[in-house]
Amino acid sequence: MNYHWDWGIFFKSTGVGSEIYLNWFVSGLGWTIAVALAGWIIALALGSVLGVMRTLPGKLLPAIATAYVELFRNVPLLVQLFIWYFLVPDLLPTPLEMWFKQGISPATSAYLSVVVCLGLFTAARVCEQVRTGIQALPRGQNNAALAMGFTTAQTYRFVLLPQAFRVIIPPLTSEFLNIFKNSSVASLIGLMELLAQTKQTAEFSANIFEAFTLATLIYFVLNMSLMGFMAWVEKRVRIPGMMGGSK
Amino acid sequence: MALDFSQIIPALPGLADGMALTLKLLVMAVGGGVVLGTLLALARLSDNLLLSRLAKWYVNYFRSIPLLLVISWFYLVVPMVLSWITGDLTPVGAFTSCLVAFVMFEAAYFSEIVRAGIQSISRGQINAAYALGMTYSQAMRLVILPQAFRKMMPLLLQQSIILFQDTSLVYAVGLMDFLNTARSKGDIVGLPHEFLLFAGAVYFVISFGASQCVKRLQKRLAV
Amino acid sequence: MSAMISINNVSKWYGDFQVLTDCTTGVKKGEVVVVCGPSGSGKSTLIKCVNALEPFQKGEIIVDGISVGDPKTDLPKLRSRVGMVFQHFELFPHLSITENLAIAQVKVLGRSQEEARDKGLKLLDRVGLKAHAHKFPGQLSGGQQQRVAIARALAMDPIAMLFDEPTSALDPEMINEVLDVMTELAQEGMTMMCVTHEMGFARRVAHRVIFMDKGAIVEDCEKDAFFGDINARSERARQFLSKILQH
Repeated sequence: MNYHWDWGIFFKSTGVGSEIYLNWFVSGLGWTIAVALAGWIIALALGSVLGVMRTLPGKLLPAIATAYVELFRNVPLLVQLFIWYFLVPDLLPTPLEMWFKQGISPATSAYLSVVVCLGLFTAARVCEQVRTGIQALPRGQNNAALAMGFTTAQTYRFVLLPQAFRVIIPPLTSEFLNIFKNSSVASLIGLMELLAQTKQTAEFSANIFEAFTLATLIYFVLNMSLMGFMAWVEKRVRIPGMMGGSK
Repeated sequence: MALDFSQIIPALPGLADGMALTLKLLVMAVGGGVVLGTLLALARLSDNLLLSRLAKWYVNYFRSIPLLLVISWFYLVVPMVLSWITGDLTPVGAFTSCLVAFVMFEAAYFSEIVRAGIQSISRGQINAAYALGMTYSQAMRLVILPQAFRKMMPLLLQQSIILFQDTSLVYAVGLMDFLNTARSKGDIVGLPHEFLLFAGAVYFVISFGASQCVKRLQKRLAV
Repeated sequence: MSAMISINNVSKWYGDFQVLTDCTTGVKKGEVVVVCGPSGSGKSTLIKCVNALEPFQKGEIIVDGISVGDPKTDLPKLRSRVGMVFQHFELFPHLSITENLAIAQVKVLGRSQEEARDKGLKLLDRVGLKAHAHKFPGQLSGGQQQRVAIARALAMDPIAMLFDEPTSALDPEMINEVLDVMTELAQEGMTMMCVTHEMGFARRVAHRVIFMDKGAIVEDCEKDAFFGDINARSERARQFLSKILQH
């Protein structure tokens, strides 16, 4: 076995411009975070709306939300990404299509596709958490709010959602972590996020172990920090005396 | 944009081969993942502190990194490690390295399901098994695990459906699974959109159908 | 009569909390001993120490000449010779009644399937439940399940039987069908150690009565002395008896 170990590889020149390999990782991590955060905003907003829809009385709105969830949960993420990146642009009106294909850089078009894809994909999961959170609340809360003269919208806005969101912070945390991990699919449409940079380093330097070890470490630390952050959020918004909150 | 699905019919035998590879990978990964996951769960629950810590770290480690990273890494690393062990350069295909990646990755997720299943069985059951003179391994094999697996079945199947969708990530290393076959066939005949939509529809029908069955099973078990 | 079970100076702690304090007693061959006391007095813990379902930190327990606390002791083998009946029956819900009766005979004692089946059916007949052999535990009433559990323990041809509150999870109308089986066993000369609140059973069947409180053995005397000379008993035992006998 003649594998050449070199843990100093990250500080060596890539041979491209004046960059060292570490620069690649930093830039990759930047893209990963940019994809995940933008996707998360879409997922949280759309997922909350869908989650509320699933709990509304009547038939049509819950049915639409249910259909959405089933569609986005039962098609592989990668297929969805290919649809957004390769297929959807062809369906756009010609000026938009030209803009997407020629007006913006390849990195930007890949970025837009993956953000929309991850946002809509994760929204289906957020929707299910929000629905579960609302349905877990005592039925009396809804009745009490309506009895006070709140409209349905007010009931959700002031009574149900503030409680539901606190309850579902732990499962939402795991979806939040998932969107960071899932953002690695962007490497398959050429966006140079963390995984793509890792692979490129492995190929350029032939130091496979070192490159992947560093990537693993970055994902691990990222995961732990996000978990710590969400635990802090959970503590901040906890209501004394409610569901395990301190009295 | 007009869609033309007629070219899919002549491509069906090739697509079926792709699906066969997807299903083969799925079945082997679920089998291996459940076995390794069960061992991890037992280690995690054991009184041996070292064993329990190791299992916990294994699970935390694999749950904090993307599956795609594991697939890409193992694709490069598994042949290398094997050549260290066996001494000579044994070429292992993408399939083997993907299978190893899936088994090791999914085991972390299966082990959490199995652990919850074991913990849901009351302490009295294992006491009763011990009181009848069973050893730890007999009590686990004959009394605790059969009950735990029955309870966990819906969750294990749900996780397997997720895994079914995740097998499409082998695209990253060029393995000709169902999705990759559809992509390449579509490119050859110049109808990539049609083949992509067809692939999505097939994944949807299988996943949706399977999860409806799981829901029905869950209701029946709840009675 | 020789001592089948002897318990010498046994103490046990959960962390800092002492649950058993210097317990010393014994059960001779063919003897029926009833252990009673308020809940939390340690009586269930003590009986579980006898077949090592609970570890203890001080003292020794000898069952048929074998030390339970000795790390070299083959616990499965020892336990296979001592039958135990639990408060919550603990039949194996995934196995039929026949399989419940056979499984340990086959897997632990190495009997053949047929032999185990015949033996199981014979004992099932003895507890009056032969007609239910093909059913699953969930299909039987609590009293029936407990009778099956007794048969399951007897199928191992035990040298002694331990009963851990066998009737306290049962509806009142089912208590007697279980006590009748236990009485019959006692009359046949089975060595029995029973944790129970059933003072009627103790009066009719027991040779000796042990009263425990706060982890210690407070009274340990002949049945007639225990019930007959109430004024010679400790204050705590008198209080306990007066509470329990009022019902």
